[in-house]
Amino acid sequence: MSAPAKLPRWADLALLPAVSLGAALLLSAALVAVLGENPATALRLLFTGAFGSGDAVGYTLYYATNFIFTGLGVAVAYHAGLFNIGAEGQAYVGGLGVSLVCLAAGGWPAWVVLPLAVAAGAAFGAAWAFIPAWLQARRGSHVVITTIMFNFIASALMTYLLVNVLIKPGQQSPESREFGANAVLPAVHELLATVGLKVAPSPLNLAFLLALAAGGLVWVLLWRTRWGYRLRVAGANPEAAVYAGIRPGRVTIGAMLLSGALAGGLGLNELMGAQHRLTLDFPGGAGFVGIAVALMGRNQPVGISAAAVLFGALYQGGSQLAFDLPRINRDFVVVIQGLVILFCGALENVWRGPLARLLATRRGDQGGA
Amino acid sequence: METYTIIVLLLAATIRVATPLLLAALAGLFSERAGVIDLGLEGKMLGAAFAAAAVSAVTGSAWLGLGAAILTGAALALLIGFACITHRGNQVVAGMAVTIMVVGLAPSLALAWFGLGGQTPQLAAAGQRFTALPWPWADAARETPFPGLLYAELLGGHNLVVYLAAALVPASAWVLYRTRFGMRLRAVGENPHAVESAGVPVNALRYRAVLISGVLCGVAGAYLSTAANAGFVRDMTAGKGYLALAALIFGKWRPGPTLGACLLFAFTDAAAARMQGVALPLVGVVPVQFILALPYVLTVLLLAGFVGRAVPPKALGMPYAKER
Repeated sequence: MSAPAKLPRWADLALLPAVSLGAALLLSAALVAVLGENPATALRLLFTGAFGSGDAVGYTLYYATNFIFTGLGVAVAYHAGLFNIGAEGQAYVGGLGVSLVCLAAGGWPAWVVLPLAVAAGAAFGAAWAFIPAWLQARRGSHVVITTIMFNFIASALMTYLLVNVLIKPGQQSPESREFGANAVLPAVHELLATVGLKVAPSPLNLAFLLALAAGGLVWVLLWRTRWGYRLRVAGANPEAAVYAGIRPGRVTIGAMLLSGALAGGLGLNELMGAQHRLTLDFPGGAGFVGIAVALMGRNQPVGISAAAVLFGALYQGGSQLAFDLPRINRDFVVVIQGLVILFCGALENVWRGPLARLLATRRGDQGGA
Repeated sequence: METYTIIVLLLAATIRVATPLLLAALAGLFSERAGVIDLGLEGKMLGAAFAAAAVSAVTGSAWLGLGAAILTGAALALLIGFACITHRGNQVVAGMAVTIMVVGLAPSLALAWFGLGGQTPQLAAAGQRFTALPWPWADAARETPFPGLLYAELLGGHNLVVYLAAALVPASAWVLYRTRFGMRLRAVGENPHAVESAGVPVNALRYRAVLISGVLCGVAGAYLSTAANAGFVRDMTAGKGYLALAALIFGKWRPGPTLGACLLFAFTDAAAARMQGVALPLVGVVPVQFILALPYVLTVLLLAGFVGRAVPPKALGMPYAKER
């Protein structure tokens, strides 16, 4: 088998995603023109909508928080050679864990509720990832298919629980009752107001810092521990891993547990931080955005955080776009998302060969001179 | 008599729900038997549903709509082929990407072209939809419930696409197991290197397989928007592509069993609509969500080997690079 062309590390980590992203955005601009709007206007609106004011930046980072959690989840599984399409379902069930703690927290102090909610979100998300992981490790069924199935099963389960069990009595819409004041994460604008800084109000909350911390934790676990080393070896070369005494089944289960736990963090931001109650379908596709974010961020925590901010900007700026341009609606953000996944994930070999040749000839010229 | 009528109508509903599932599952069957994972079923079907409704709304012809749907399905399939076959990209990612792109693009185009907030105009005029075929003596047959009702509602009372889908099951089996093309196609999904050494180009075969998948998804999409419904609405596939994938796996990648799986899944869907709040003997009221989740649970159990065993084609998901 002819291996795909080798690129230097910097080109693989930065240049290739940049070129892929550029191609995706260029095609998106062309589609804006097809829809009958001016691409330059659209880009300007997108940018001002995402970064033009204090509350816009707040919203952008609030969306980004969701995508950091799910992106990290997808990335951890990816390093173990697993494609976790189930971040959506894991986030959904993780949110159940967060909500159960928040709903049970009668008069508990906030500093007790928060760690319990973090633990419950992670545990529930991990538990939902455990079954597909165990089935792959011990029964040989493929995690891609089972996690897709588990997304649908999670959706059915959560609809049942919300409609029949957790719904606030005497209410039509399937939502739980509101969490107590001790069981919500403080918003960033409130925190800054206590030290005298005035920032525009937005749903950006403490979960953003938790997401960044989760990124740091993933970096340490994957690149600075023996466990992470084993995980990456098993992902890069499963056969060599077996000869090195690594048990692939254990790696599969461990990686998926961490992956699901990270996706479970979504509930902290979305429910505990913003909506303050458990709602129907609150992940709203963030699990799938996580795939795009992980692919674009090269499965590295720093890259994922950057890609998450970019997608946060797309989501926030996209609503501005839909508001100001009559021929474009919020769905267009999903088009860009799909194109980014297509170009960064499935079509990157299109550029890899030409880029490798280009860099090789340049280096060749310098060597000759 | 009351129960009898309910059962016949339930079975008739099952057939209507099963049709798009079956078309999409057969589409996936061709692609996956050639070794290309087909996670794009949902997207190809949704894109085709939009194309069919849009063209039918503008031209007034359901047949032109069907043509546009087939072209759309084929074009999206070629895009997946370009990424996965020519450039050996990740097949799972390519299918996901196309699906997500179409989920956004279809309502975007609908808004820009029709200005109706992400859907196409209602297809009300004659000829804009595939309606139930006139079946001889159907009304007379209803007078005598048995076997008249079976004749009028189960055998008759459907549109052309339903019969086409049914005919495609033996046709697919014949192509896959009795023709040279079908045998090569299956061989490519098991051991592409052996096929290449026999002098048959692997990539050309895989392209043909994904193209067939695109065409069948096109028909499935047209069924959704111009036969089962009267127009395109946002997310109208609603996971049917993934359910078809589950049916394909449940049918162990073979046409006959896949038909059985589609009918079973469609029956749970049709039954769920009627089981709302109905108490069953022994178990009591079964929540409708549990019935809807049943196909996915069954597929997971099958994949795990708890009920039978599903063995995927050996080269499924592996990009093929020609040896030099």
